[in-house]
Amino acid sequence: MRGFLLLLLTLMAMQPGLVTGFAWAVDPGERLADPALEARARALSQDLRCLVCRNENIDESDAPLAHDIRVLLRERLKAGDSDAQVLNYMRARYGDYVLLKPPVEWSTWGLWFGPPALLLIAGAAILWTSRRRPAAPKPLAPEEQARLDALLERRDG
Amino acid sequence: MFRLKLIYLLPLVALVGLLGVLGLGLGHDPSALPSAMIDKPAPSFDLPPLLAAKPGLKTADLKGHPVLVNFFASWCLPCREEAATLAGFAASGAVPIYGIDYKDKPEAAKSFLEQSGDPFQRVGIDTGRTFIDFGAYGVPETYIIDASGHIRYRFAGPLTPDALRDQILPRLAALKAGK
Repeated sequence: MRGFLLLLLTLMAMQPGLVTGFAWAVDPGERLADPALEARARALSQDLRCLVCRNENIDESDAPLAHDIRVLLRERLKAGDSDAQVLNYMRARYGDYVLLKPPVEWSTWGLWFGPPALLLIAGAAILWTSRRRPAAPKPLAPEEQARLDALLERRDG
Repeated sequence: MFRLKLIYLLPLVALVGLLGVLGLGLGHDPSALPSAMIDKPAPSFDLPPLLAAKPGLKTADLKGHPVLVNFFASWCLPCREEAATLAGFAASGAVPIYGIDYKDKPEAAKSFLEQSGDPFQRVGIDTGRTFIDFGAYGVPETYIIDASGHIRYRFAGPLTPDALRDQILPRLAALKAGK
């Protein structure tokens, strides 16, 4: 249990934003002088996958390739590229895999809409089965009631 | 009654389907990334030569005949692994092999090529930008470029004799046959 808590805390600490003052992989030499451009660069780097570490974004990765791509995307921004142009630049080279958030296209519909669709189907199935409960039994006919009363009377009496 | 039985078969059918999908996944290597550059023109680059005796490499060098382009580095162990395969293939003289030395110290790269039997006709020095323009993510990587300068295939990782025979040679033969 203690090990699990420790793991949980470690995972939380790894989430950017949850813990402030986190040490980034971006080194000071890479930063742009213009704070607005730098903020855009940081936001973009958090959406780009490090191709070496695979499940880390390039903003956090220490891999040399991630460093190169951070520098490259800052160059693109300085040259006047929009955010979409920078992402397309990376996509043209590394494909959709480089985006940590996959684009919504026909090939990713299953990914985006599969889970909500499953939830809807499951909800509908639950509703459907719960409505199919057997109806309440018909009230007893007078002669049945009389017979029941007689039986109960005999037992109580 | 019959309808009820079919419903009970559904989980079994779903299970078999799922096992089928998972079974297909077993033959798939998740660490190998598909290249987004396939069938696109090779990026534009002009790399300075590593060796005094051999020219560097630029985009225009890739046109006119199919070639192999190999990203390597002296610090990369798998590159040492594939060196013998590459040297053997270079000796066969089938197609020119051009090297791109990635993020390397020139002296280290020179002695690496001396030791491993330099398979390259041209070797350019890349500080990292051409690597990204090729959509490469590791060394070694080997690209097949066709006569029109388009990237046709990428092999990531060390070329083994089997990979050369099964992946590279058939594609080169197809390119030479005109498709």
